[in-house]
Amino acid sequence: MSKHHVTTTINGEPAEYLCEAQQTMLDVLRDELGLTGSKEGCSSGDCGACTIIVDGNITCSCLMLGVEGEGRTITTIEGVAQGDKLHPVQQKFLEHAALQCGFCTPGFIVAAKALLDSNPNPTEEEARYWLAGNLCRCTGYDKILRAVMDAAEVMRAEAGR
Amino acid sequence: MPRVNFAAPTTIDEAAAALASASGLAKIMSGGTDLLVQLRSGRLKPELIVDTKRIPGLIGMRQEGGMWIIGAATPGVMISDNHEFEHDYPGIVEGMDLIGSQQIQGRCSLAGNLCNASPAADSVPAVIASRATCVIAGPNGARREALVEAICVGPGRTSLQKGEFIIEFHIPKPKAHQCDAYLRFIPRTEMDIAVVGCGVNVTLDGGGTCTDARVVLGAVAPTTVIVEDAAKALIGHKLDEATLAKLDTAAQAAAKPISDKRGTIEYRVKVSGVLARRAATIAFERAAKR
Repeated sequence: MSKHHVTTTINGEPAEYLCEAQQTMLDVLRDELGLTGSKEGCSSGDCGACTIIVDGNITCSCLMLGVEGEGRTITTIEGVAQGDKLHPVQQKFLEHAALQCGFCTPGFIVAAKALLDSNPNPTEEEARYWLAGNLCRCTGYDKILRAVMDAAEVMRAEAGR
Repeated sequence: MPRVNFAAPTTIDEAAAALASASGLAKIMSGGTDLLVQLRSGRLKPELIVDTKRIPGLIGMRQEGGMWIIGAATPGVMISDNHEFEHDYPGIVEGMDLIGSQQIQGRCSLAGNLCNASPAADSVPAVIASRATCVIAGPNGARREALVEAICVGPGRTSLQKGEFIIEFHIPKPKAHQCDAYLRFIPRTEMDIAVVGCGVNVTLDGGGTCTDARVVLGAVAPTTVIVEDAAKALIGHKLDEATLAKLDTAAQAAAKPISDKRGTIEYRVKVSGVLARRAATIAFERAAKR
């Protein structure tokens, strides 16, 4: 079976790759493009460690085929910081120590960034529901929620809201 | 994952032709949130996957001829974000919104949830309660329309023939004093599969008496169940305690569940009655305000 040639946009840059039809977007990111920030946890869409943003919606990259990437706009954890400047969500995860092993962290940060992009002033309940598709095995969710709510406040202040 | 062929056609007829020409199993993919899990587990070994998302109209919603028309592959987020549709069918939105996480909502579709043919599919009871139909495309330009309840015939099995796939759903615009509700019970608040689900759609007269109703249960039989006796219990009545008690009894009688890790037969039967009461109460309250 011949490989599929895919042209797309990843983290603001044009990207091209070859993949087989059965390769997931996560396989492509990690194995073909060297973007290993997105993690493979459950491979069934339950844990959210592989969360990416596709055309504005968060998606489990383990439940998307690489060939579906054609012509999309994709953001991975590698595209969240701006150069050396961490995104407020990343900064607050550090300040609140909202991680231990760190395996779930990229997924949480991508999902939280997408939340705050669409809803700059979520209630804690809204944030908890939004992040229900991200599982953490060690930190517990309290520090993660505090980091997200704090980041939301910082982002609102930066935006002058 | 095992090797597979992939096509992303841009017309309905190309998709139907690709499905029909496959020598082995060919699967339609809209969001893929069930399909890819089944592929990985080895439960399904398709020769071909046909992605429908590049076909114009398969993603999107519009109102036309007194109907809501929803493209088969329209993702949950798009349905939830459509405030006009949510006003008309809050129950359908409630059901759709309960599918998986926010990550899943970016991909999951009405057609996928229906054709995965799980009796616990959250979006299905309220859609059936709305008397929706679906338009099915087949080989050589064939089109047919079917009631949504005719699609799922057993766990994992549909009535769709080789080469056929759903292209859109037709949901009649609600009449005056008509509204719906969907409730599901799970042991926690998110990310689980229904122990019981219940969709109720009612039409009232100006005085609050029910003139038409549909009550549909999920997760308590091999397919969703349209509970005719529950509708009969509502029609001609206001929602007083005697009516609720009859509704409860009818829902319990219609539930033919299995016992599994999520609940026993006895528990599911009991919860069927409770959810029917609660969903009907919400639907009546909403309908009275329309």
